[in-house]
Amino acid sequence: MGNARKPREIRLSTTPTAQALAELRLGDIVYLDGLMYTAREGVYMRALEDKANIPMELPSQSAANFHCSPAARINPDGSFEMGAVTATASFRFAKWLPEWLAKSGAKLVIGKGGMSSKDYKSYFVPNGAIYLSTVGYGTGALLGRGVENVEAVHWNEELGLAQAMWVIRCNRMGPFIVASDLDGNCLFERENERISKNLHKAYEGTRPATLKRFGETDDKSDELIG
Amino acid sequence: MIPIDLIQKTAETLMDKAAIEIPDDYLEGLKAAASVEDGDLSSFVLQAMLENYKAAKEDRRAMCGDTGTPRWYVKMGNETQIEGGPVALEAALRRATANATNGVPLRPNRVHPLWRTDHDNNVGIGAPEIEYGYEPGGEWIDLITVHKGGLFGTDYRMLFPSDGIQGIKRFFLDSLVAFGKRGLACQPAIIGIGLGGCKDTCMVLGKRAACLRTVGDRNTDPRIAELELEFTELGNSIGMGAMGFVGKSMVIDTHIEVGYCHTGGMQMSVHAFCLSSRRAVARVYADGRVEHRTDPEWFTDYQRRETVEWEMPASHEKSA
Repeated sequence: MGNARKPREIRLSTTPTAQALAELRLGDIVYLDGLMYTAREGVYMRALEDKANIPMELPSQSAANFHCSPAARINPDGSFEMGAVTATASFRFAKWLPEWLAKSGAKLVIGKGGMSSKDYKSYFVPNGAIYLSTVGYGTGALLGRGVENVEAVHWNEELGLAQAMWVIRCNRMGPFIVASDLDGNCLFERENERISKNLHKAYEGTRPATLKRFGETDDKSDELIG
Repeated sequence: MIPIDLIQKTAETLMDKAAIEIPDDYLEGLKAAASVEDGDLSSFVLQAMLENYKAAKEDRRAMCGDTGTPRWYVKMGNETQIEGGPVALEAALRRATANATNGVPLRPNRVHPLWRTDHDNNVGIGAPEIEYGYEPGGEWIDLITVHKGGLFGTDYRMLFPSDGIQGIKRFFLDSLVAFGKRGLACQPAIIGIGLGGCKDTCMVLGKRAACLRTVGDRNTDPRIAELELEFTELGNSIGMGAMGFVGKSMVIDTHIEVGYCHTGGMQMSVHAFCLSSRRAVARVYADGRVEHRTDPEWFTDYQRRETVEWEMPASHEKSA
């Protein structure tokens, strides 16, 4: 492991207090306890655009929105089998998140890749929410071990297994990494900035393509997630 | 004649193995990367991944919740006959895909691109893909399943001879940097590069280079083999590691495959086979024997042949 230092590890409730959130620092490792629900484009569209009633009490039951489709099935007797769980990339949901955070009162958004600091500052911070990133990506089996029980699956018939709202009881589910704080700072942007400084070294001696593409950026400190 | 039931049963086993068991070659590659990684967060991520592979095998659960888009590469010896013919073979592979999606379980990822219809079984129009290859001699069928994940890390560009190796390096770096940020490519990955062919075959070559060759395998063209090593080193010199954190593990190995292209062009594709480099292989014989392995052994001399006619080298008779 070279000379790497071990990051700090913290247990956190899925209905966390403002104080517990305030104590988190970028790069902390978090393990979650309590109820968590999956919601991504299917749930957002149904709840926000079609105005369907959200089938659970938010945020009192859970303030943790997981951008996830589990590897799972519903058995013929109605019970559930959940194997691995892994997050999906969150930046694609920026369109719905401001309204969703206000409506659901979610304090933890859990997913892959995080959002931009602009997103954090404009609607995470005002809602007192932070972003937790899954690790890897793809610690699906480890996260699966943290699933104590699948409590319910909502909107499965309307949205299919992958887009349905899965309600999961977590027991030391993790690891997750704190990717934004209550001030709206962004872990990934901090890392990008550090990496960008030295990028020119790797590019030395290469040449830009003869045929350009419309809309192309050649600023290596840019990101593609918009 | 190879019994169709045996093909379906073997295919179901392969679906399970691919989703759960990280192949040894990739595991060793990742352990080597973890042993030298000194970025605090990158290092934590690699250790977590190593624990995750262990947990997946112990619990017999999928290693990653995004179980990718299962597909099949099928290779047959020239004398192979399948009970029921190719239509029965395709039906068996579709059944195995659907059954294993429910059985393992896998995530039912496949939906209609416009109507988002989900059959909850990873089967639909054009899914799973089934691609074919043939080898001279032999009566056997190789069933190879690859569950490549991810929407990120893959790109194509039309380069030209004037772009040269420097242009190839540039596009390689661009792809790694662009998709490596925030770890969208789920690196460190096996990077497959397709060079030449036509646009579609260039993509196919790059994908196969990433998914159908094992860590440590080198192209038989010594100059391409050298480039593969050079590109791995270049990718790991970016200063980025797992999840886009500061570090030095981006690339576990680089595989380059080439195809003859239009004289004016130099097509290039880049593919990243992620931290869950899922592949499983079995050879099924007419007498009912089934041999499991993790190396697809896809790129034989025959697959890379350059000439009109093919004469089998005596030394290759056995392995084919």
